[in-house]
Amino acid sequence: MATVDTPITLATGADALAPPLTFRQMAWRRFRRHRMAMAGAVILILLFVYAFGGGLIFTAERANFTDTSARLQGPSAAHPFGTDTVGRDVLARTIQGGRISLMIGLMAAVLEIVIGVVVGAVAGYYGGVVDSLLMRLTEAMLIIPSLFLLIVAARLVGGSVTWIIIIFALTSWMYVARIVRAEFLSLKENEFILAARSIGTPTSQIIFRHILPNSMAPIVVSATLAVATAILSEAYISFLGMGVQPPTATWGNMLDGSYNYIESAPWLWIFPGLLILLTVLSINFVGDGLRDALDPRSRNV
Amino acid sequence: MINDERPTSNGEPLVRVVELTKHFPIRQGLIFQRVTGQVRAVDGISFEIARGETLGLVGESGCGKSTAGRTLLGLYPATSGYSTIAGHHVQTATGDEWLAIRRGAQMIFQDPFASLNPRWTVNGIISEPLRVHNLVDGEAARTERVKELMALVGLDSRYINRFPHEFSGGQRQRIGIARSLASDPLFLVCDEPISALDVSIQAQVVNLLEELQDRLGLTYLFIAHDLSMVRHICDRVVVMYLGVMVESAAKDDLYEEPLHPYTQALLSAVPVPDPKLARRRKRIVLEGDVPSPINPPTGCRFHTRCPIAQPHCTTHVPVWREIDPGHWVACHEVEPKFRP
Amino acid sequence: MTVYASHSTAAPRPLLLDIRNLQVRFYTPEGTVYAVNDISYKVHEGEVVAVVGESGCGKSVSMMAVLGLIPRPPGEIAGGEALFMGRDLLRLPEDDMQSVRGGDIAMVFQDPMTSLNPVLSVRRQMTESLRRHANMSPEQARDRAVELLELVGIPDAARRLGDYPHQFSGGMRQRVMIAMMLACNPSLLIADEPTTALDVTIQAQIVELVTRMREKLGMALIWITHDLGVVAGLAERVIVMYAGMIVEEADVDSLFDRPRHPYTLALLGALPRVDRRRDSRLNSIPGAPPNLLVEPRGCPFAPRCEYVIERCRVERPPLMPVSPTQRSACWVLAGGEGNN
Repeated sequence: MATVDTPITLATGADALAPPLTFRQMAWRRFRRHRMAMAGAVILILLFVYAFGGGLIFTAERANFTDTSARLQGPSAAHPFGTDTVGRDVLARTIQGGRISLMIGLMAAVLEIVIGVVVGAVAGYYGGVVDSLLMRLTEAMLIIPSLFLLIVAARLVGGSVTWIIIIFALTSWMYVARIVRAEFLSLKENEFILAARSIGTPTSQIIFRHILPNSMAPIVVSATLAVATAILSEAYISFLGMGVQPPTATWGNMLDGSYNYIESAPWLWIFPGLLILLTVLSINFVGDGLRDALDPRSRNV
Repeated sequence: MINDERPTSNGEPLVRVVELTKHFPIRQGLIFQRVTGQVRAVDGISFEIARGETLGLVGESGCGKSTAGRTLLGLYPATSGYSTIAGHHVQTATGDEWLAIRRGAQMIFQDPFASLNPRWTVNGIISEPLRVHNLVDGEAARTERVKELMALVGLDSRYINRFPHEFSGGQRQRIGIARSLASDPLFLVCDEPISALDVSIQAQVVNLLEELQDRLGLTYLFIAHDLSMVRHICDRVVVMYLGVMVESAAKDDLYEEPLHPYTQALLSAVPVPDPKLARRRKRIVLEGDVPSPINPPTGCRFHTRCPIAQPHCTTHVPVWREIDPGHWVACHEVEPKFRP
Repeated sequence: MTVYASHSTAAPRPLLLDIRNLQVRFYTPEGTVYAVNDISYKVHEGEVVAVVGESGCGKSVSMMAVLGLIPRPPGEIAGGEALFMGRDLLRLPEDDMQSVRGGDIAMVFQDPMTSLNPVLSVRRQMTESLRRHANMSPEQARDRAVELLELVGIPDAARRLGDYPHQFSGGMRQRVMIAMMLACNPSLLIADEPTTALDVTIQAQIVELVTRMREKLGMALIWITHDLGVVAGLAERVIVMYAGMIVEEADVDSLFDRPRHPYTLALLGALPRVDRRRDSRLNSIPGAPPNLLVEPRGCPFAPRCEYVIERCRVERPPLMPVSPTQRSACWVLAGGEGNN
């Protein structure tokens, strides 16, 4: 046909015949170039291996085994992280506690994202009265100080891991909802959405195949931050004695028990504290890297 | 296909627009919103498009031409009036009839950057209509069809797995055209399809649209503000001002003998690439700006800027009349010519 | 080198701006962008020069470079000089440059919103620059501001002086911008696509306004645009740019009557005419502008050129005179290298 005038050169000047990269490959390339994010990712993987792999060796029984003859011992060959006030091995407890803390972080984040995305997507896509109602609810939730809400809720339902996860999700989905709503509001005005509607693409596909993938970057970033926030929140309320109840270990409630021994037995708080710090820090770096890597318009490959 | 299901008789226009009106309510309030005003984007327009014809819809920004195109396709709900495409009533269609309209009428957009999903490959974008309407069975056959469509619009099918941002503006516009052709439509609304492109690329895309029309027997509604290009590509032209039609005629009649003072001013303002003619040519420079469509002027909407406005123009809405065969105008001051 | 006089005056006017061998590059993550590649041209006092080209041809970047507005990094002025009334603007300290901009040289951009401060009233913005550049008292500055707004045709100027930029329409904003630019009696006004975002009737108003202002105040004008139609009605001399190079330079009549570069020829052939009946398909230019990430070699238009010969691909043609008022960078049409 006459319109095929000359071989087409791509606008980017990329080698036309080089195998094209998928979106994930491009994102991965960009992520790999982000040094801090890569370091964060490696540390995070090590932490997961530590908590979940270590759990195979140091079982919950081992972590809760009390040896009153070996109370408050400093790090030694037998107990590399020392022992606590009732003679439990701190290393075993950080491993078991890590499992619970990371699980709380992950599950709370997943639940929070689900609630936030559903609320934000519905409000943003449908707009009008639905949007007004949902956003007033969101704002109402945001006005209440979340720590206060956490404490009251924890008091009411007690300290089981499941309830803690649900409480965290219920008190923090608003941020995600607002981000997703804003994304939907701007994306749905794009001509490619109008194009999809003119083709006859069903609404569900427009939401899930067109708009949602394009809002992935902020969602993934808030998800990583949500994990970090949940782990920190768990530490807060455990420190106040309202988190997961002993004897189940978490990094947070290990800190609670160490309060009276800050100077005399520093190994009680240094190790769980360090683990929380490392986790939160590396998650934040990973979030940073994802933000850049998932920008669909970024050409820096 | 629409025409397979309900063939229309010969001579019947493919597209009919009858008193089509689209107002956008202006809302205020937190939860219980009140409507505090209406943007009267399109206010009762009527026209027909014959099979194989290209109708130009022109006017300045804010005149409602894009809204008209989207409303007649059913992408915006109409405030009143209706449109039919191949006999199907767009505003009342549901279910299979709605899907048939979505297959048979497509749209080409202005912005080749915003009209393609940046997360999808060319294959995904062009095959969307094929998937939505289940037009081709199987992944392999679908890819084949996408490659065919790419060849049709002059794109190298080796780029089938590339992303939109890797292409230039003109190439993206071709991707958009391929997508709109995928479902074998009869009717295309081209909404400023070339105004975001460079001059040398504009000609490529316009020639492509013409070639496709010849080969596939397409009918176009060509919405544009570039009056030179409209004269080149269209058969008939409708001029809009502030949501209403002011003049409509076969293109050469309209360009050689514009009757409405707005059309005259609009045409005289179009720059011509000919310095000698430009020095000679008299321009009608309109005073002031286009008034707001929230509160359009009474009577004739053009009277605030009209060089020949009379007192009654401010109070009486001009009638849409046929001055010459096929030449319609809405102006009090235009007299029918005496033809012996 | 020949001095190019405008067609309207016999004697050459004094030289105002002399750009010599300007080269601009950008260092981006994708590589070096060769944005402006060794261009030279002159502007005389009171002359109207149009710089024409498609997006990315370097027409705006070269002007930005002259005005010291290229962000460095990523930009770099890799060579050349720009003599304005004897001073090399490319080597002027930023303080001196600031007094040149908005003093002797004024600029108007495509989107006036980006050059007007949205949180300050027009009065504040206009009087500030008057008081700074012209040492006026507040009362004098206010009176002068009203005078200028009246001059550019803003109705009810005294009252509108207190308004904020968003309260003006696009065309009116551009007028405000022009009024601000005229405040300091510049000897050169650079207008970068000032009418591209405007409708044709408003464009006509602005073109007429600028022409009138120029005649009244006697300043030189560089009008950067992609629209050959606007050029024909406005310019005395035209510079055509392609891929960061000047491919043709001529007085306006010669350029449109006897273009001597294949790109100019093709561009004119790609334009539909509002004043003529259609006679054929548009003459489309195949392909797309070259990738500026590759260091230019040979003639940049060679891959799309129908006159191309072997020499074009290896050796860059310089601007060669074809008449006292016309130069073209083409081995075939200006350099006498026929290929039968």
